[in-house]
Amino acid sequence: MSSRIAYIAFNTFREAVRDRVLYNLVAFAVLMSGAAILVGQISIGIERLVVVNLGLAAVSLFGMVIAIFIGIALVSKEIDKRTLYTVLSRPVQRWEFIVGKFLGLAGTLVVNTVFMAVGVFAALLYVSPHFQVADTWILVALYFIVLQFLIITSLALLFSSFSSPLLSAVFAFSLFVIGSFSEDLRGFAALAQGATRWLATAAAYLVPDFSSLNVISSVAHGQPVASQLILSNTLYAVVYAGMILCGAVVIFEHRNLK
Amino acid sequence: MKSPRRITLVASVLLGLCLLASVLLLRQLDQVRNRAAPQEVLYLSSPKVLKRLSLGYQGLLADVYWTRAVQYFGSKHYAGARSYELLAPLLEITTALDPNLTVAYEFGANFLAPQPPNGAGMPQAAVELAEYGVRNNPNDWHLYYDLGFIYYVELKDYTRASDAFARGSRVPDAHPFLKVMAAQMAQHSGEVGMARMLWTTTYQSTADRSIRANAAAHLRALQVDEDVGTLEKLVSLYREQKGHPPSVLGDLQTAGMLSAVPVDPLGHSYKLMSDGHIEVRDPDNLPFIEKGLPPGYVALPPKFLPSD
Repeated sequence: MSSRIAYIAFNTFREAVRDRVLYNLVAFAVLMSGAAILVGQISIGIERLVVVNLGLAAVSLFGMVIAIFIGIALVSKEIDKRTLYTVLSRPVQRWEFIVGKFLGLAGTLVVNTVFMAVGVFAALLYVSPHFQVADTWILVALYFIVLQFLIITSLALLFSSFSSPLLSAVFAFSLFVIGSFSEDLRGFAALAQGATRWLATAAAYLVPDFSSLNVISSVAHGQPVASQLILSNTLYAVVYAGMILCGAVVIFEHRNLK
Repeated sequence: MKSPRRITLVASVLLGLCLLASVLLLRQLDQVRNRAAPQEVLYLSSPKVLKRLSLGYQGLLADVYWTRAVQYFGSKHYAGARSYELLAPLLEITTALDPNLTVAYEFGANFLAPQPPNGAGMPQAAVELAEYGVRNNPNDWHLYYDLGFIYYVELKDYTRASDAFARGSRVPDAHPFLKVMAAQMAQHSGEVGMARMLWTTTYQSTADRSIRANAAAHLRALQVDEDVGTLEKLVSLYREQKGHPPSVLGDLQTAGMLSAVPVDPLGHSYKLMSDGHIEVRDPDNLPFIEKGLPPGYVALPPKFLPSD
């Protein structure tokens, strides 16, 4: 079972590489070098901050775009090319296909993030004479970004399992935006009354919480991240992505592929 | 010539022509826009709205707004502007998006507080900005120092300046001079020595080249003001003693009133005028001086300060 999932995951990764997904690293490298060199000339005293803020925001946004646009096509492309029938005619379960696709795209995003992280630290070394102890918290912010990717990949896969690529992209991107406001949504729920309160609370807990997974601003100032937050965020991302993946499996299991 | 090659050639020539035309049109548009002189406006002025629109990337947006503030102040300062309407809102948005961006408080207050043409002439806004910075970063002694500095230099409110320095001196790892300044402020407020101490502390405690250059320029100006004051007093004394004014400054040295004839911080000798006044030779390169200026001297549009 595990070898079949691993095989599908590896092929998904290989396909992403063949689709030149990692070419975004070139754009990222240009962005980081430009920021590192130019910001010092047009602003005052924020060279290091810009490298961290811009670098991590770019890692996050580039990854989100890849997760959404590759994720939404993971299933539909296989159906369009009719390769899905070849795969499923072998002793491969449908749920194994979904999990393998998820792990393959997650792996692509992790590899992409590792390369980008090297770029961020290289730019940091360019603007600062040496690394500081507080720079280690950037690794935590990168880890949280990867956790965001797990959630958004699972969402893209869920929508891909029953909807068209265009609608899947719209749904996934909307949930990313709503998830960034999840704190405000919970605040609104706390202020509302009656049925609105229940509905708002339900919506607030149903949409993914991306706000607590975003610690870019605080690590840019070298502020530490509590170990409790790291643990809670890890558990939350695994549980939430697992929940969405289960939903995708359920839908895909019952989908009529004829 | 084969057809595909001809098409490639024609398309390439057209591409080049279109590029040239678009550049020319853009230059034309720039001129039209400049003539229209649009009113300065911030389309999104609510920090709360901007924070939400940032989708969690408010740190990056704060950096963008800080750069906008620097560019806004720099371009207007360079043009010799006397009004900086958008500076305070830009700084408010920047610090609301990232309350820990201490550089925005430190420089922002220094942009806002001084009178034009050296700043926006908004010392009260500078105080509010610095106070907001202190509330959000209570363990950064630089912000208390900046606050005291504005009270002392711009508002001449020595009690509040002393209080700000005293509060800053209680912060762990604060510069030891803060305690000294807090203590001496009440006793020696308004003296040149006090101002020199402040600018020296600024010069020593910053790693930023532009702040150091600014502090160095102020220290040079204090030196000139002190030299000119002393020399004019000695010229007056010489006239009383000898019955006629000195013809050159060297006469003061000959009369035993000076051990050596001083030169200004740029290395030029001071000019003794026929009416007994002292003037500097290069006022354009001695910004902030209040004494030694030729009569009717109009300062050139501000330029970037020379390196220290």
